[in-house]
Amino acid sequence: MLRVIVRRLLQLVVTLIALSALIFIWLRNLPGGPVEALLGERATPERRALLIKALGYDQPILVQYGKFMQRVLTGDFGNSIRSGDPVTEVIGRAFPATIELALAAMIIAVGLGVPLGYLAARWRGRWPDNLTIAGTLLGISIPIFFLGYLLKDVFTQNIHWFPPSGRVTTGLDNTEVTGFFVLDSLLTREFDATADALWHLILPAVTLATIPLAVIVRITRASVLDVLNEDYVRTAEAKGLRHRTIRGRHILRNALLPVVTTIGLQTGALLSGAVLTEKVYNWGGLGTLITDSITGGRDYPVLQAIILLAALVFVMVNLLVDLSYAFIDPRVRVR
Amino acid sequence: MQARRLRTAVTLAAVAALAVGAAGCAESDRSDDSGEAKTGGTFIFAGAGDPKNFDPIFNDDGESFRPIRQMYDTLIQHKPGTAELQGGLAESWEHDPDGKVWTFKLRQGVKFHDGTPFNATAVCFNFDRWYNMKGAAAQSQMIYYMDVFGGFAKNENPDAGKPVYNKCEAKDDGTAVITLNQYKGAFPGAFALTALSIASPDALKKGDADTVKQNGDSFEYSSFATSTPVGTGPFTFGGWDKAKNEITLNRNPDYFGEKAKVDKLIIKIIKDENTRKQELRAGTVQGIDFPAPADRKALSGEGFQVLDRPAFNILYLGINQKNPKLKDLRVRQAIAYALNRQQLVQTKGPGGTKVADEFMPDTVLGYAPDVQKYEYNPEKAKQLLKEAGAEGLTLNFYYPPDVSRPYMPNPQEIFTVLANDLQAVGIKVNGVPRPWNGGFKDDVQQFGKQDLHILGWTGDYNDPGNFVGTFFGRGKVEFGDQAMTEMFDAIAKADATVDEAAKKAAWEQVNRDIAAKWLPAVPVWHAPPAIVVTKDVKGVVASPLTDERFNTVSVSK
Repeated sequence: MLRVIVRRLLQLVVTLIALSALIFIWLRNLPGGPVEALLGERATPERRALLIKALGYDQPILVQYGKFMQRVLTGDFGNSIRSGDPVTEVIGRAFPATIELALAAMIIAVGLGVPLGYLAARWRGRWPDNLTIAGTLLGISIPIFFLGYLLKDVFTQNIHWFPPSGRVTTGLDNTEVTGFFVLDSLLTREFDATADALWHLILPAVTLATIPLAVIVRITRASVLDVLNEDYVRTAEAKGLRHRTIRGRHILRNALLPVVTTIGLQTGALLSGAVLTEKVYNWGGLGTLITDSITGGRDYPVLQAIILLAALVFVMVNLLVDLSYAFIDPRVRVR
Repeated sequence: MQARRLRTAVTLAAVAALAVGAAGCAESDRSDDSGEAKTGGTFIFAGAGDPKNFDPIFNDDGESFRPIRQMYDTLIQHKPGTAELQGGLAESWEHDPDGKVWTFKLRQGVKFHDGTPFNATAVCFNFDRWYNMKGAAAQSQMIYYMDVFGGFAKNENPDAGKPVYNKCEAKDDGTAVITLNQYKGAFPGAFALTALSIASPDALKKGDADTVKQNGDSFEYSSFATSTPVGTGPFTFGGWDKAKNEITLNRNPDYFGEKAKVDKLIIKIIKDENTRKQELRAGTVQGIDFPAPADRKALSGEGFQVLDRPAFNILYLGINQKNPKLKDLRVRQAIAYALNRQQLVQTKGPGGTKVADEFMPDTVLGYAPDVQKYEYNPEKAKQLLKEAGAEGLTLNFYYPPDVSRPYMPNPQEIFTVLANDLQAVGIKVNGVPRPWNGGFKDDVQQFGKQDLHILGWTGDYNDPGNFVGTFFGRGKVEFGDQAMTEMFDAIAKADATVDEAAKKAAWEQVNRDIAAKWLPAVPVWHAPPAIVVTKDVKGVVASPLTDERFNTVSVSK
């Protein structure tokens, strides 16, 4: 097991170095750039020259990359071009927002998806199954930004149940400890702030959860259907085991393996979905940061760090998923 | 009510489900906002973007200036709602006949937020600080300083030019004398620039304000710029919570002018225009900036106050004379005659938009009412094209579809209308959409790839040089980098004229000649950007320069 982890981590390092070079060169070859963004309509050749010199863009790209890697190896990802804040601080601020949103979405997706998938399989071909299939088809098909705007319009503009945007009510004087607002308010026992944060979290989380929810329902349903036909289930039933035991020990546990794989894969989908969801709800997480860093003027240091971080998270989650197989199914040995 | 019930339900669910905390701890120990409301309340305004930082001299954009204007004052200010000048930190000012020595009589008894006195020494400290700024990083961010004062004591970029600023002397506490190396038309208007706001010398020193570090390909600003800005303005800095996108400013009870009516001003940063509007409708913010033109009527109908700023901008159709066909004045005039700008204004302009005949609004000194006007005349356009042998002309028309600027809220629609007009007189138009920050500005301003393009400008202060001089004061790639030396010389001469009457006459002639003789571009429109507030908000004075100060604002419930 340890050898597997070490090998996978080494692969990760190589992946990240290659990715960093790719991103560094690709970003700098995109049309436009921070110089034009910073100068706006006031760009003159002299100002452009001064800024290019000040930012070090007059040096060869390999020299720039070399300096970048030198700093990265010491843990310094530079500063945001726009705000001047250290990139680690900028990302550190946005990261909890995205994780909070993604976790909430995943809780909804798994919490509803697994039972719904199971029920659909048990009532195969009957109305709960048909309804679930239709619902998941809709969930997978509907573009996330459209759903976001639709929910927002209905629930914040027509029936005023939820706030249109943000993570807490403007001016709320809550204590920030970790940056996870729900957790922070619980830690500091500011329960009205907990309610406020959850109240703001519900619509974005539901929006973000739709695609993973639909996928998890479908995978669970298919997987449970497979397991239901297995001999050991029939044997367990013949032995007269209680239904709860058969359901928990024999059906669900065996059916969960592909579901867990799916959950891992959905992490990537969640991160990309978060970009759109955060934009719709002005959420202030990594998704917003990515779009702002691109459209607001090619904030290279921020973009580089986010893409590397996203790759790191994606690879790590999938490593954890691989490792979790062994725990769910002792027959699986990770190599 | 439904929302409140839902929140209550969520509270109960959260507490029960998570089972955290004992029942006896249910009462929060945090401060309650209701206390604030009793003494003046909070005005929440939705800004459209992040400020860069709060050191005025390192900023040049409206989103940074919005909070800066609430915290600082300038020597000269704009009369609320106009571009006219009035006393600010200086009660009066005068200059010598050459326009090189400017004497400011300063307001007495003014204090910075940190309690230190505002006086002539503080004024000179600020001016000397800017002039002596060191390092390429810091100098590169002083866009407005370079605009007005040219170079520094020691230029990091040899092309930065000679410094216009010479010295500042504190004759006594109430008199600051600024000496320039040369007169520029920008004065005195430039002394009202937000970037040239006066900061507390003590706070600047304590906050190590001059240190702008280059870290990789970005800059790191001082603590003064990011967390301890100190000016004399009606609000003091309360903090910028970047996780919540909120800038909090508190009422300054010692402000020398009209004290703020609200206790707290929160600038909530909401970059998405649609979300700003929804927040306004939900009542979670009380004011928003830059509503989409299409929403203005609806918002007004819903009872919101849509306050038009007097238009202090210009949208123009740039013509690139790198294309030899466009070097012919007749072809440029044909393009001008081909455009039905009146119809464009009526169909695509925000309410209050006016057709532009010159490259500056009529409130700016030197506006000539008798310039050659190009009324819509497609037949004349065709005739001119024929005379110039330019029939069947094909032009690449660059425009940025992804951006909304105060002078150009809907570039895609503007392009479509203008392109149709041109096609109607036989000019074939190749539309080239380029992202604003992803090629448009590079292609247009740096490489000159276009034949035609739309772009514009919002004025910084009331000076013809800030409009006409910016566009046509020297050769620019945007217009073909051509040697229109006659035009450059005329503009330079007008800009250097000190006497008010002579200056007016010189600029009027420049405007006449631009329209009749040079026509490097076609002025399209002046469009008033709006600010929207709820009906509970009183006292917002919309400024043509977006120079709104919120000390006059009150919120009634």
